[in-house]
Amino acid sequence: MKCIIVDDEATARAIVAELCEISPELEVVAQFPNAVEALKFLGQHTVDVIFLDIHMPILKGIDFIQTLKNPPRVVFTTSDTEFAAEAYSYEFIVDYLVKPINPERFQKTLVKLKNASRLVMAGEDNFTFTGMDATAKEQHLYINIDRRLIKLNFKDILLIQAQGDYIEIKTVNETHRVHSTLKKIKDKLPQTLFMQIHRSYIINYTKIIDIQDNSVLIDRSVIPISRSQRPYLMERLNLL
Amino acid sequence: MTETPNLNYIKEVAGGNEEFEKKFLNIIQDEFPREKEEYLNFLGSGELEEAGKVVHKIKHKLGILSMNGSYQMAIQYEEDLKYGEMKLKEDFFRVLQTVEAFIFKNYVS
Repeated sequence: MKCIIVDDEATARAIVAELCEISPELEVVAQFPNAVEALKFLGQHTVDVIFLDIHMPILKGIDFIQTLKNPPRVVFTTSDTEFAAEAYSYEFIVDYLVKPINPERFQKTLVKLKNASRLVMAGEDNFTFTGMDATAKEQHLYINIDRRLIKLNFKDILLIQAQGDYIEIKTVNETHRVHSTLKKIKDKLPQTLFMQIHRSYIINYTKIIDIQDNSVLIDRSVIPISRSQRPYLMERLNLL
Repeated sequence: MTETPNLNYIKEVAGGNEEFEKKFLNIIQDEFPREKEEYLNFLGSGELEEAGKVVHKIKHKLGILSMNGSYQMAIQYEEDLKYGEMKLKEDFFRVLQTVEAFIFKNYVS
């Protein structure tokens, strides 16, 4: 089984690679420190298994697999047990390993991967989303303004700005002021479209018109980019 | 008192592969000081949530080095930092120093 390892920690990648090395069934074909690089690789290569860290900068593990049209088997690796229930709501997730990974436990993962491969060969596999995925697949959120719930499609949101105890959500048609925080709305937005580029701004990066040194232009708004976020933004752009 | 790190887990993963043990030590010697510095920088600039994310990465290394008590403390500290609470700051710093001294005592080039 060809596999890749995606984890922002080099030590974690080294351990998974070594555990794979001593398992003749697994061949590590590549390792990546972030999901964006893995996405590029998967655009050109096919693998059977992804060992995937849940907690990563730029694009979290769960958001990453949602971007894959035909996901291979996924084994989540994480230091947090709290994500287990969420992880198992995807049928293509075969196992969930808590770091530091116990070598004996890894052998059980191997058995699960082999069984999963047999299911695929028998044609019993499908990648239907279940459980929380029904929510994750939704393309919108609702905001509460004056006891009215207003539906906002993610693709229509241009940017969100923090303003004290409020946030201002600018869409292609209008602007809404909501009593909430950037952190709260960030957790509701798909990372495939949105990223926080400044302490006070989240943007839909597909709506960027122009980028200058320290700012981006979206619609007619000039948004500052914090120095620490600039490399992450540049990494996500389809640069020539 | 801060507990003493060891390489038992790494030796278990390596299963006698000394090359891997050396390679792993090189990786942790490279990665840990950078994470420590990153953590201290975030702490210095008051970005506690970001500091907590680095603690999350460091805590994995505490587990790798069999520092189970420190690992548990790091879980609490990571959670505390999300809420701006820093009472474990000094304890965590002592753990960082212990780890740094240990990994460089086991220096391989």
